[in-house]
Amino acid sequence: MTTTESTDVTAAQGIGTSPVRPDGTMKVRGEFAYSSDLWHEDMLWGATLRSPHPYAHITGIDISAALALPGVYAVLTHTDVPGVNRYGLEHPDQPVLAEDVVRYQGEPVAIVAADHPETARRAVAKIDVGYEVLEPVTDSEAAVAGEGPELHPGGNVVRHVPIRFGEQDVTADVVVTGRYEVGMQDQAFLGPESGLAVPAEDGGVDLFVATQWLHVDQQQIVAALGLPKDKVRLTLGGVGGAFGGREDLSIQVHACLLALHTGKPVKMVYNREESFYGHVHRHPATLYYEHGADRDGRLVYVRARMYLDGGAYASTTGAVSGNAATLGVGPYSVPNVTIDCWGTYSNNPPCGAMRGFGAVQAAFAYESQMDRLARACGLDPVEVRLRNAMSEGTRLPTGQVVDSAAPVDELLTRLRAMPLPADRSGEPDLRHLPGGVSNTTHGEGVVRGVGYAVGIKNICFSEGFDDYSTARVRLEALGGEPAATVQTAACEVGQGLVTILQQIIRTELGVEQVTTLPMDTSIGSAGSSSASRQSYMTGGAVRAAALEVRAALVEHAARILGHDRGDLSVGGGKVVSRTDGVLADLVDVLGDAAFDRTVEWRHRPTESLDPETGQGNAHVQYGFAAHRAVVDVDTELGLLKVVALDCVQDVGKALNPQAVLGQIQGGSAQGLGLAVMEEIQTEGGVIRNPSFTDYLIPTVLDMPPMRIEVLELADPHAPYGLRGVGEPPTISSTPAIVAAIRAATGLALDRVPVRPEHLTGT
Amino acid sequence: MTSTPDVPPAPPQSDPGAAEITTAFTVNGTPRTVGADTRVTLLDALRDRLGLTGTKKGCDQGACGACTVHVDGRRVLACLMLAAQCDGREVTTIEGLSREGRPHPMQDAFVRHDGFQCGYCTPGQIMSAVALLREGRAGTDEDIREFMSGNLCRCAAYPNVVAAIKDVAREGGDHAHL
Repeated sequence: MTTTESTDVTAAQGIGTSPVRPDGTMKVRGEFAYSSDLWHEDMLWGATLRSPHPYAHITGIDISAALALPGVYAVLTHTDVPGVNRYGLEHPDQPVLAEDVVRYQGEPVAIVAADHPETARRAVAKIDVGYEVLEPVTDSEAAVAGEGPELHPGGNVVRHVPIRFGEQDVTADVVVTGRYEVGMQDQAFLGPESGLAVPAEDGGVDLFVATQWLHVDQQQIVAALGLPKDKVRLTLGGVGGAFGGREDLSIQVHACLLALHTGKPVKMVYNREESFYGHVHRHPATLYYEHGADRDGRLVYVRARMYLDGGAYASTTGAVSGNAATLGVGPYSVPNVTIDCWGTYSNNPPCGAMRGFGAVQAAFAYESQMDRLARACGLDPVEVRLRNAMSEGTRLPTGQVVDSAAPVDELLTRLRAMPLPADRSGEPDLRHLPGGVSNTTHGEGVVRGVGYAVGIKNICFSEGFDDYSTARVRLEALGGEPAATVQTAACEVGQGLVTILQQIIRTELGVEQVTTLPMDTSIGSAGSSSASRQSYMTGGAVRAAALEVRAALVEHAARILGHDRGDLSVGGGKVVSRTDGVLADLVDVLGDAAFDRTVEWRHRPTESLDPETGQGNAHVQYGFAAHRAVVDVDTELGLLKVVALDCVQDVGKALNPQAVLGQIQGGSAQGLGLAVMEEIQTEGGVIRNPSFTDYLIPTVLDMPPMRIEVLELADPHAPYGLRGVGEPPTISSTPAIVAAIRAATGLALDRVPVRPEHLTGT
Repeated sequence: MTSTPDVPPAPPQSDPGAAEITTAFTVNGTPRTVGADTRVTLLDALRDRLGLTGTKKGCDQGACGACTVHVDGRRVLACLMLAAQCDGREVTTIEGLSREGRPHPMQDAFVRHDGFQCGYCTPGQIMSAVALLREGRAGTDEDIREFMSGNLCRCAAYPNVVAAIKDVAREGGDHAHL
């Protein structure tokens, strides 16, 4: 969509400013109701029995002892699922409750409702399930080779994405190869999966839940419950972080089943351990790369094979594989590309969406390769990147020509120009050493390294998906003031969308008072709060609805004031003539009238990829960020400290500059986590570390100070020129940190997270 | 629907190990009594018995800091303390920080500095931050970071958390509140 009307970008608390969050005061007072805080009189508590085995046949389920426990209202198994016992974001392949087989450790087998959470837990323990344990399938490459038992009909490959671009058998003077591994990262949002299902008099159910996409939840719930859509209504409960981990269902169907079965409200809340089993993770990956270049370091070809382990169920493995493949050479111009990416099934934990979504895994590999290429050519790591940097007009390996700013060279040159932190000098303060006060040396084995990386991410949904958002905007006079109301189903997950939607209304309608209605399914879908897309999509929808309201208002004002409507505009709570100045207060013009518009808004259509060649205009927008990391490594202890992590990112237009910085800081931190801390460790499909004492995420001490520069090179195709912000900083952070560790130690380090034993060789 | 429990849930049934104990303590300045299983944590007592859901459960094993509250003025993790240990003691939660409807300066500062995104860790961050000032450990950025490192923020709003605390420390805090 393009807008011909001018926009008053200087509106008070409009776009480009950083007003305080409308939910901020409630959040700091502890009054904001997260989904785990919800309460209903007479409610029951739900609990889930999960498989202890990664792969097993179920030989029998005996619920009698659990049902006999006083205080237990229901014990349900797959036979109690009234609709289709299958759900999934791309393929409905996952049972709501397991039938004759379990495919991962933690797979739900039965659910319980009881009058107290402890009673529910005890009832779960009394369910007797017979298992015939099978050898788990855990090897992605074997799956692609067609080896091992089929976990799903059709085999263990969820999707194969080939990319064939340019010449396939070209040779080059300089060739560097590598095999890289990315561990399984967890979103580790602090607010656990939770929700409250309330049975309704019409035989339906109202579900209050923390999620990223209300309508896709609803669609899967109604299929499982066998109810029409209008009988299952969802309202967003307060969301304690998401990062992709709430895109798949967790408690949704289970809580509704229990509520409908018992006729009572049912609350479900996972504890931390259960949360590690209760949501999908980032795909662990093995990636083989070969880069060919001329002696000046200019890329001739890139060849890659990527294996992404999707675990037991498909979730979004198909789309993640599509991203990894199409973004597989990174933000570089490469004339000849051969990529094969496979997303596979296994008996490992299911994997799906996490911030960066396929681009993260590829970036660790291609940026490691660019550093190898730099060494092979005797070039500086930034220089080799500059020589190959893509730009606007570059034809990507999918054949798509990039048609808006792609300032990869500018990101790198600005990053390189930033001052470096001072060298360590004198007697070290223990707190400054790797390991902090736990360090047992005096820093004599500490070496410093600097590393760079740059990444690319597609923004919004790709590959021909009908990506849209719905928004309703209403303008009326309330209490003597013009007041706007905005309604969408877009999930506020912490990113600050509620602030931005209000800013857009203020900018377009010139009113200060903007009320945001609760996010629920009484309005059309907004799509997911993922793929860095909500400012673009729901921002775009709200803007479009506001412009329709404004057009109707101007027409109304022209009629009332007897003025030429082409001469009128609104702003600052006034109706203004371009020739005669302020004509009237908006509130007087409004009178008893109300202008109410609902708009369904789409981005430019994308195309699916050719299944043989991977060619197609698959993505609507690209985001870019670059990081420079400075790392101190204690080579004797295997400890390290990220001393600085600087970032330059192009955001097209910073609708809310403070929120943009928050996204860059947060995304960079999660990239740091993947680089040096975070991995769900599995052994034969069994998770070894499902707790915050064994799965570590960055604390305030782990995060170094960040210098951040934000570029605003408008994308003419996007609302306000904006570019999605949330994911790009997660992508380049990881490889920059590992590059810095390599620079400090000279080690190859082809796997993340880097662990102490990788540094000490023990 | 309401987020405030009017009726405490029934205690677990048929538990041979169950023993009830009555705990009388002061919560946010008000005397409260909770009759509960001896094994009920302070966190569950606050959230499920007293309806004070501002204190968050992030891990229930002392690793994340989301449940930080003050007991007799010291910061503690409510998930690692039994309710019964609080008999006769004074507990302050995030709901008790404001005075006469006015938010604590630390609460204001977190809003002003955008010291959170999803906000789930925020009550714990703020309770830690208020205690930090009282402990005299907010002198430098390094001190703040060291002594706030028990409070995880997955959104990683850490720079703004530090800025908010510095801001309040510079202003000398509001001693009426401390």
